[in-house]
Amino acid sequence: MTAAGFLPGGVEFLRLLPEILLVLAGTLVMVLEGIGGRRRGPVLARLSLGALAAALAAAFVAHRYGGPAFSGLAASDGFATFFRVVVIAAGGLVALFSGAYLRRESAERGEYYALLLYSVAGQCLMASAAELIVLFIALEISSIASYVLAGYLRSDRRANEAAVKYFLLGSFATAFLLYGVALIYGATGSTRLADIRQALAGPLPPPGALVAAAAALLFVGFAFKVSAAPFQVWAPDVYQGAPAPVAAFLSAGPKAAAFAGLLRVFLTAFEPVSEQWEGIVWTSALATMIIGNFAALLQSNIKRLLAYSSIAHAGYVMVAVAAHSAVGTAAAMFYLAAYVAMNVGAFAVVSYFARRGERYVNVEDLAGLGWRQPAAAALLSLFLLSLIGVPLTGGFFGKFYVFKAALEARLVWLTVLGLLNSAVAAYYYLRIIVVMYMHEPGEAVADLPAPGPALKATLWASALATLALGIFPSRVLEFAASAAALGR
Amino acid sequence: MNLLDAVLALPLAGFLLLLALPREREEALRRLALAVALSAFLLSLGLAAGYRTGAAGFQFVTDAAWISQPKIRYHVGLDGLSLWLVLLTTLLTPVGILVSWRAVSRRVKEFYALFLLLEFGLIGVFIALDLVLFYVFWEVSLVPMYFLIGVWGHERRIYAAVKFFLFTMAGSVLMLAGIIYLYTYAGTFDYTELLRLESSGALHFRPTEGWLLFLAFFISFAIKVPLFPLHTWLPDAHVEAPTAGSVMLASVMLKMGCYGLLRFSLPLFPQAARDCAPWIVALAIAGIIYGALVALVQPNMKKLVAYTSVSHLGFVVLGIFTFTPLGLDGAVYQMVNHGISTGALFILVGYLYERRHSLEIADYGGVATPAPNLAAVFMITALASAGLPTLNNFVGEYLVLQGAAQADFRWAALAATGVILAAGYMLWLYQRVFFGAAPADVGRQVYDLGRREWAAMLPLLALMVWLGTATETFLPAIRDTNARILEQTRSNVEVRVELRRPPLEVAR
Repeated sequence: MTAAGFLPGGVEFLRLLPEILLVLAGTLVMVLEGIGGRRRGPVLARLSLGALAAALAAAFVAHRYGGPAFSGLAASDGFATFFRVVVIAAGGLVALFSGAYLRRESAERGEYYALLLYSVAGQCLMASAAELIVLFIALEISSIASYVLAGYLRSDRRANEAAVKYFLLGSFATAFLLYGVALIYGATGSTRLADIRQALAGPLPPPGALVAAAAALLFVGFAFKVSAAPFQVWAPDVYQGAPAPVAAFLSAGPKAAAFAGLLRVFLTAFEPVSEQWEGIVWTSALATMIIGNFAALLQSNIKRLLAYSSIAHAGYVMVAVAAHSAVGTAAAMFYLAAYVAMNVGAFAVVSYFARRGERYVNVEDLAGLGWRQPAAAALLSLFLLSLIGVPLTGGFFGKFYVFKAALEARLVWLTVLGLLNSAVAAYYYLRIIVVMYMHEPGEAVADLPAPGPALKATLWASALATLALGIFPSRVLEFAASAAALGR
Repeated sequence: MNLLDAVLALPLAGFLLLLALPREREEALRRLALAVALSAFLLSLGLAAGYRTGAAGFQFVTDAAWISQPKIRYHVGLDGLSLWLVLLTTLLTPVGILVSWRAVSRRVKEFYALFLLLEFGLIGVFIALDLVLFYVFWEVSLVPMYFLIGVWGHERRIYAAVKFFLFTMAGSVLMLAGIIYLYTYAGTFDYTELLRLESSGALHFRPTEGWLLFLAFFISFAIKVPLFPLHTWLPDAHVEAPTAGSVMLASVMLKMGCYGLLRFSLPLFPQAARDCAPWIVALAIAGIIYGALVALVQPNMKKLVAYTSVSHLGFVVLGIFTFTPLGLDGAVYQMVNHGISTGALFILVGYLYERRHSLEIADYGGVATPAPNLAAVFMITALASAGLPTLNNFVGEYLVLQGAAQADFRWAALAATGVILAAGYMLWLYQRVFFGAAPADVGRQVYDLGRREWAAMLPLLALMVWLGTATETFLPAIRDTNARILEQTRSNVEVRVELRRPPLEVAR
């Protein structure tokens, strides 16, 4: 390689433009926060939204000038673009409806938005990382910002507990991941995914046990981050304790980004040894679906319920990973896009409904919402029906594509059990709809103000995305399919 | 966009329009819903007029691209099987709206909006010729019915609504697995394409695979029919639903399962269907007798009518699995019949409930005195349901029994007990409600039929007589389509037999 090759050229900056923009914007918000003092909150919120919109546009610019960047440490390919759009959109939706919540808790400060921007930047980098150290750093950027976000309401004990739990378990997970990186470096002499793949597929493969251990450790790290069984225990506690908008954020962006990393690492670097990890993913997928769905049946707190539901949905995506094919990867990508739209929408209603100090977070508190705030309740019903997987919503086609990929990989039993799981899941989602429409209005809805404009915008945007993915999924799926052939 | 698309699109447009209107203008909402439903009905009459009996394949076909990858198409069309079911749906929707005019006074906007969405889903189920499209409509019809039961139903409505949803959902996910699995073999979701592949021998399953695929579809349909012993959701859902919901549930939704058996199970998996037939027939006959016996001892009118459905739909399934032309014709005829006469029974029970606010038979007696017209209409309907000749149910049941006798005489003998019991429970119900000593305030509370109530009942009464006497209006299209379905079940089996073993002539 020539000396010039080490210096990134102009176009390589364009390939990382979303990350660069987000980091700059995050820093700017932090600086302005120091200058402007407390009352600048709403202004900084608008600035952050603008930055996220710019980053979204930048993701398309990066796609236009796609290719490897920074000596092949990152790659701006279709896969990266897809996940960048998903995580930026998730961050944008959360930023949009956080304001009202934070004002109610008298906590709207710039640092919230700065942390959000950093976290999204980390997630974008995770989607585009083509090398394990970069991936690790990206994961840490995303994670550390989200640990702080989880404990953002400093005076709230539950939020503190959530943050500490999330931090401790999350650090363990990243340590596992790092250990896996070290082992695979020892085995193959490289941390670049393409090189690892070559070494594993080559004529002199490294010792099998070492590779297996590395793959297992990496899988543990990712499984923690996507809350897949048996590493899902942190999720309900953290989602319950964290402020509702943060819970929405945690269930969307970091999860999608961790799946992006998981897919890229396992379908690029470890694809040659897929028969070794397929069984593990299979088991984890099934266990995740079962634990998530059956535990959700027992929840009365709606944040916990949605937490278990998000575990279950990680299980469905794992089914697509277990298929380990380009079709499976495309299905996982589509599923995550639909999941982000419907889940952020559902959490947005929760944050609207909870009121100051999150007084009303039980399913029963939603009684009669359907007749007092028809629009909000109808949209929440749409998100819930999508989470069930009823047709004409994104959730349906997500499941459809995931299980189609699984059947094409002849994972018949996993498909049947997964689909039966989704029938079980219908029960707890329906319970929320039952309470909203079929119970008499309780005290919690009596003095509920109408949703503000920002919240309305979030809900309608999520609903439109959910419906668009459910009625006209072709464009998104075609894009995912064209981007899904990793490492080929 | 042809006539069929218009019939499908109209209720959806009505649904969206109703959502956009302000909720305070209840009378306008009702009128609009009725206008939409009536125009859909009038348009659908055009389908019957334009339908050409004897023409091969589907008519009024639209085949447009929907989803590119995998190829899922908006492919719809009519044949003799779906034609009458679509008309049944478009007829009963305005009837249901008329019946709810005063009975539904709360949340009017949502009620009628969901009612039209339900019509959209139901029509779609009967005309979809793409398996995924079929599944989409199948599920879309589920959601509004869930709300209709859960919000506007009686005391135990929530339990009934959730049970209804979960039973159907559990079945339909298996069907979804079956649909996708089929795709991984055939590479298409298109129904006509699948039939072509099967009859040419390009697509065939190993026996176990055929069985599992058949079962995946069958369980889903059997829950919907409902076939004994999967029927337990039905009495709950029927009893708790509002009158219009019970009507649509009994008259149209149960037909979705029967329709699925005829449209998909028989032609696509003929070998497995024939292998399983004796078991399914046994369940059907068990359902006929069990449903009738339970109906006989019901103290609750609505539950009684619900159990008669279990019994009557046993006839439909029996007819289908005789694999005889008469049996299939009778089954389809009985699907329409049951829609008319059971729908009418639910409406009449609803009328009684509006007057006296009770569904218990014991609370009634001597109703014929204050309400002679109501009594007369109820009499005709009850006799139709019991299978009196010259009324509709007789034709269907007779054909089914004839077909069953051709297949195995014992089946017909056992099933015929259902007809006898039907006369028993219907007449006994009639006697206890309309004759005898009247409880104190019956005379004060019960009044005769009003104009709107007549308007809802008259078309149904006319159809009972029409279907019972002028069978040649309806049967040719049915006969023609059934002949083709039977041909498919035979040729698909025989093609595979030939593949294994060359025909005898060649061997000689």
